[in-house]
Amino acid sequence: MFAYTVRRILVAIPTMLVIIAVAFFMMRLAPGSPFDTERALAPEIRAQLMAYYGFDKPLFFQFLDFLKGLVTFDLGPSLIYKDQTVSEIIGSGFPVSIVVGLSALVLATCIGIPLGLIAALKQNTGPDYTIMAIAMAGICIPSLVVGPILSLVFGVYLGWLPTAGLELGRMTIPTLMLPVITLSLAQIAIISRLVRSSAVEVLRSNFVRTARAKGLPEIHVLTKHALRAALLPLVSYLGPACAGLITGSVVVETVFQLPGIGKNFVTSALQRDYPVVMAVVVLYAGLIILLNLLADLAYGLLDPKVKYE
Amino acid sequence: MTLLAAPGENAALLKAAVAGRSLWDDARRRLFRNKAAVASMIILGFLTFMAIFGPLLWVHDFDTIYNDRVMIAPTAENWHIFGTDPQGRDLFVRLLYGLRMSLAVGLVATGVSLIIGVLWGATAGYIGGRVDQIMMRIVDVLYALPFIFFVIILMVVFGRNLILIFVAIGAVEWLTMARIVRGQTISLRKKEFVEAAEAAGVTSGGIVTRHIVPNVLGPVVVYVTLTIPAVILTESFLSFLGLGVQEPMTSLGNLISIGAREMEIAPWLLIFPAATMMITLFCFNFIGDGLRDAIDPKDR
Repeated sequence: MFAYTVRRILVAIPTMLVIIAVAFFMMRLAPGSPFDTERALAPEIRAQLMAYYGFDKPLFFQFLDFLKGLVTFDLGPSLIYKDQTVSEIIGSGFPVSIVVGLSALVLATCIGIPLGLIAALKQNTGPDYTIMAIAMAGICIPSLVVGPILSLVFGVYLGWLPTAGLELGRMTIPTLMLPVITLSLAQIAIISRLVRSSAVEVLRSNFVRTARAKGLPEIHVLTKHALRAALLPLVSYLGPACAGLITGSVVVETVFQLPGIGKNFVTSALQRDYPVVMAVVVLYAGLIILLNLLADLAYGLLDPKVKYE
Repeated sequence: MTLLAAPGENAALLKAAVAGRSLWDDARRRLFRNKAAVASMIILGFLTFMAIFGPLLWVHDFDTIYNDRVMIAPTAENWHIFGTDPQGRDLFVRLLYGLRMSLAVGLVATGVSLIIGVLWGATAGYIGGRVDQIMMRIVDVLYALPFIFFVIILMVVFGRNLILIFVAIGAVEWLTMARIVRGQTISLRKKEFVEAAEAAGVTSGGIVTRHIVPNVLGPVVVYVTLTIPAVILTESFLSFLGLGVQEPMTSLGNLISIGAREMEIAPWLLIFPAATMMITLFCFNFIGDGLRDAIDPKDR
């Protein structure tokens, strides 16, 4: 397993390089520049700016410079917010997104797994249909509808919860409530559907039939035999889902005015703030690779049939 | 079947028995027994009809601005049955246009993803070996790129236009399709019935057309029906960020984002587009689920 992990990490390095290169060159080959302001800059000033940030060098050397900056964790200042470095921007947005994303994921797993299991145990009966109808609603009602409605009802009409104003260091449960619920609804739906379909399959499999035939009490059959196998597909889903949630849902961050990384990313990309955009891309890609590896390792721990070679 | 029957009748029975029912006949039968799926098909058919022909028949035009009727609530007066928007345009006809746009984006982008995904996945799965390794590694790399980044770059490189939205979303959605098709192709090539066909001396062309394609088609059809709502959602998400369809054209996502801004004073601007979008997504998902149960009934 150790050798497997090492090999996966070694494979991840070229993958990361390719991702970084694709993102870097696509961004640079696009027309437009961070210095496109409403007032045209004098050519000399523009040239100086370009030279200052190293944009006058051939693209390939800029790429090497960027890699060097990445390895030393120094990506320099933002091109748009000149008083902030890239690390500062990421450092202020990322924790917000982590807290919101992880809370949503935990909430979604805690609700989604039991719902899926109940639906599978009561397959094709009332509870199953009810739960699957709720899950379908969760998939079909987009967060850009849920978010505004929740904030209108609970924030404006009832006045129970604040609808905005989350700042770093001031994250309290009430301010987190609405964004986390909004973000988790779709995940609850996906997780419960996933768990239901895998549990249905497991409950029909031979080893569960054997366990029942041995006369084990139903509760043992379910907890000791069926549960572990039924949750396996969830493990591989949670890896990428976690990366997606942590790097921020742009919609939720926009609706609730959270200073998260997803929103940072979109504004920076629109303004061609290359260093910030690249930093988020690298962060996201790294997280996906890391979480996929963790998911695969967890899979191996849970499923004795999987062997790492 | 009885031997005492008249010879003619016997022959007819025999013929019926030999003709049998194909995989697709069975699937169709199961699909039409699924009430939710049938109801969804009817509703979706109606919505599509309205989206295509409704604007032709309606009294208002989607970009006519009535300066004296800004944001009025739904009323029978002047036929503003869904009210008007902040610019004083009729919401009903804009909703029809928005629905038309969302459906078009859904269909075209899914078509793009279908073509790329099936070709890519089938090639990788069929050739196998090193080619497969390289092709799937490319898919893995693209999976790790933040999608929104991709779309923004594409928008910037080619300028914001409609076709680009189609292509951009399609170009992102093909990844999963490629994985599904590849997995199916690989697993099918090892299946007993394919071996049996080989042993019976069926040509490889015959195996591909008679056994591989129909079996890959099932999951692909299901995935396509589930991709369309995903694409419609993606487009609405882009419109919400101001990257989607441009004014005065509109889409469901665009209407919803306007509605979300004005919901405290004009809730109808949010309610009608959001309801239309949810009904559309519900229909596609029910049809997709129905198709999956019909084609691959192992879950039921």
